[in-house]
Amino acid sequence: MTDTDTDAGTDSDTGADSLPVDSSPVIGRELQLITLEVNGEEYEVITEPRRTLVDILRHELRLTGTHVGCEHGVCGACTVLLDGRPVRACLMFAAQAEGAAIRTVESLSDGADGSELSDLQRAFRSHHGLQCGFCTPGFLMLAEGFLAERPQATKAEIREVVAANLCRCTGYQSIVEAIDSCAAARREGEEK
Amino acid sequence: MRDGPMPGVPGAGVPAAPGRGGRLVGRSVPRREDPRLLTGRGRFVDDIALPGMLHAQFVRSTVANGVIEAIDLTAVHEVPGVVAAFTAGDLALSDIVAQLERPEPEFVETAMPVLARDRVRYVGEPVAIVIARDAYAAEDGLEAARVSYTVRQPVTSAAAALAADAPLVHEEAAHNTLVDVSLCATDGIDEVFAAADRVVRVDTRTGRQNALPLETRGAVAHWDDREEQLVVQTCTQVPHQVRTVAARCLRLAERAVRVVVPDMGGGFGQKSVVGREEIATAAAALRLRRPVKWIEDRKDALSASFLAREQHYDVRAAFDADGRILGIDADVVCDMGAYSCYPFTAGIEPLMASAELPGVYKVPAYRVRGRAVATNKAPTAPYRGVSRPQYVMVVERLFERAARELGLDPVEIRRRNVITDFPYTGVNGITYDPGSYLESLDLCARTLRDEGWYERRTAAAEEGRHLGIGYACFSERTGYGSAAFAQRRMAVVPGFDISEVRMDTSGAVTVTTGTMSHGQSHETTMAQIVADELGLDIGAVRLHQGDTDRITYGWGTFASRSITVGGSAVRLAAGKLGEKLRRIAADRWGIPWEETALGRGRVHRRGDPAVTIGYPELADLAYLRAHLLPKDIEPGLSATATFDVFNDGTFSNATHGVVVELDEGTGRVEILRYVCVEDCGVAINPQVVEGQCRGGIAQGIAGALFEQVTYDAQGEPSATSFLDYKVPTAHEIPEVTIHHLETPCAFSATGAKGAGEGGTIGAPAAVLNAVNDALRATGVELDRTPLTPETVHRALRGLPEPAA
Ligand code: FES
Ligand code: FES
Repeated sequence: MTDTDTDAGTDSDTGADSLPVDSSPVIGRELQLITLEVNGEEYEVITEPRRTLVDILRHELRLTGTHVGCEHGVCGACTVLLDGRPVRACLMFAAQAEGAAIRTVESLSDGADGSELSDLQRAFRSHHGLQCGFCTPGFLMLAEGFLAERPQATKAEIREVVAANLCRCTGYQSIVEAIDSCAAARREGEEK
Repeated sequence: MRDGPMPGVPGAGVPAAPGRGGRLVGRSVPRREDPRLLTGRGRFVDDIALPGMLHAQFVRSTVANGVIEAIDLTAVHEVPGVVAAFTAGDLALSDIVAQLERPEPEFVETAMPVLARDRVRYVGEPVAIVIARDAYAAEDGLEAARVSYTVRQPVTSAAAALAADAPLVHEEAAHNTLVDVSLCATDGIDEVFAAADRVVRVDTRTGRQNALPLETRGAVAHWDDREEQLVVQTCTQVPHQVRTVAARCLRLAERAVRVVVPDMGGGFGQKSVVGREEIATAAAALRLRRPVKWIEDRKDALSASFLAREQHYDVRAAFDADGRILGIDADVVCDMGAYSCYPFTAGIEPLMASAELPGVYKVPAYRVRGRAVATNKAPTAPYRGVSRPQYVMVVERLFERAARELGLDPVEIRRRNVITDFPYTGVNGITYDPGSYLESLDLCARTLRDEGWYERRTAAAEEGRHLGIGYACFSERTGYGSAAFAQRRMAVVPGFDISEVRMDTSGAVTVTTGTMSHGQSHETTMAQIVADELGLDIGAVRLHQGDTDRITYGWGTFASRSITVGGSAVRLAAGKLGEKLRRIAADRWGIPWEETALGRGRVHRRGDPAVTIGYPELADLAYLRAHLLPKDIEPGLSATATFDVFNDGTFSNATHGVVVELDEGTGRVEILRYVCVEDCGVAINPQVVEGQCRGGIAQGIAGALFEQVTYDAQGEPSATSFLDYKVPTAHEIPEVTIHHLETPCAFSATGAKGAGEGGTIGAPAAVLNAVNDALRATGVELDRTPLTPETVHRALRGLPEPAA
């Protein structure tokens, strides 16, 4: 590195005179109008047909809780619920989700400001089921969908389901334990 | 061993560690970070959207070794949505150069240009940056770029790089050797080997791995006209170092660059170096005066970011007839890929291995040569454990082999050799502070024995099944201060940390740290320390990290330094603020300040706890009615402290015990039991420590059994998606039982030692030893990782490891 510290950095050659002023869709591309139902609200979006569901959720609707870890369907960071079933939002086009009820991590908590954690979220917290938290929304939605379908799930079954997604921080054990304890508490609640 | 400070250790004057006596320190307090991360309200770099923001992607080299003949971006500019495209020539940035202060040929300085200029040195090297109105258009733009190369023969292995007639990756580095250092050579070591009862040899190779944070790298940069600052929001473990490099490459004053770190989805070392892409993104934003975002895709993250761990060890060890080690003679070659990383340099792996290889054992004689070799592969960065997973594996293999040859029990041979008298100054010149090496080994072995695994191993063998038990006993140096890093002779010497604690008029506190959490829970653990020191609730303490404008200076988070060094600075700063509060209160009472003490949110008179003044009232005085303060007390409530370690650092330690079963039909290694006995001194938050431990073990198992990036003869990387790069899931990673021992650090302000890397360090050795134990009947021993099912399957049929 050369050590020429000047206090300016105001290189006048910006080359930016004729730049567009916003990031709205690029002229000349094929566009479509789609309607999505996300967390109980309807949204209309004008977009290119090639855009994935996760991109629309994150960058158009600004629901950035759903994450992207691979864009090729392996890591599960993008997991959302489509009519109650966990899906990889990076593997489908947004248009394919029309007509379905989409749920994202933003829908899990309660309260006027959405800060009341659900039992599943509380279980993740008390079991240290997250470190960096990047994979967490995907695991939460995976578990939310799975437990709704199979409330009787054993710990071994939960481990099998958790194996659908990747986490690089936790070693998975605390995620399995969090989901298992949430399932057990729900079952106990039912019995009472 | 558990109490009393180490004689002669600096850091005197630091108050006694609160240990587990703290109200919050030592407890598994729920994390401050969790609510936002659980509700989708975290803010990661790709969550940032600025008005008018553009999107960048990189045209990358398609050849591993070549001369750039022409870069034609004409068609790129025609692509709808593309706004600009720049080459190295357009941006004219200074290179990134990492230096060691060692003479040639110990170290050869090489430069990493931000964008490749005339040469490309690995597949995926950035050649041009394309900026467009959306991310899809940026991708379209890449496809329109035309770059022509004169292709040269690539160097794709360390052995090929060292060959006499090898092509040179950097013209200035003869024999492709960037670092060649012999840190130790005990006099008379050849005689020691000649006279020894037994000499064993281990020839080990470890695969090239990706640290693989689940969040890829990325940056959002914009020019702030009002602050006259280039603001770079990027997921980095080392914000101040990114600021330094950005300022130098762009020829700005450092104050004209602000680096801000949002929530981070892991790093594990890959984000502890300065990447070229974040600098190029910043340069584009400066040039265009528009916000520019770059988010690395997984393909680039796997093949073109920073990799690690591809090492070759050829090591001999001499033993006497009783299994006492007499000497180690090691040759270490690390394949560092094409460039030296900033700030650590290509010396990071060989110097770590060379300095610390003797580990937890009393090794009287030691000779080592460590080399960093350049190849036409993606460059390396530190990755969790840095060389320690490798050399621990080597040393633990040496002991297992010696035990076998001498007819000793593998645990017993370790018992005879581990360091038990502390402080112990090793043959490597490093002084080890107290640890529980023998205790952890005994507890781990006893646990497996009590659970009946030895009987099960015998029973399995009788049924023709292959059950094996393996151990790794090791320590991990943490809390490297300036003194320890200075021994590496980097041109920039990391080590200290600064913390500022501020109390506002309501009595609530903000605290800064120069460390940078990316999953390690600093917002919780640092707050625990401050809250205990000042008698506050944890909710009254808020941590600031990762903002070069808010934090005076910092070295970030790596080498398990955050709690030992950063946590100490935080505690000292809080202590200073506490003193100021006491002085103000003492003045009101007209007594010497020494006759006061801190209680829960208040100062009280010593010996008369009923006489108190609450913090809000003291804050009111300090800020809103400062005319009432005595002359020698400045208005306001803030305090700054620094902490550094002036000795060799503090050693955490652990023993891992693993039971595996090998599948005769497939060669699959199944882990039946995993026990970890760890000692990181005072655990500020035991649940967080266990999380670090389990997560680290998962990454160690990944390296032992699954993950590897290989290259074909043209230098094309094998792993470009998660389909080729096998990251283990909950299916492969077992439950881990953790037992804690506690040997407090005598000189960190909290008694804590580092806990970030131990899991990763121990796992490969323990797994490999267990597999070899399971193979005992075949006579085959395996020494290379990852252990593929094919290799294990062959070994089960008595066939040795294929030649390298
Ligand atoms: S981002 Fe969708 S599976 Fe990885
Ligand atoms: S918590 Fe970091 S990837 Fe799972």
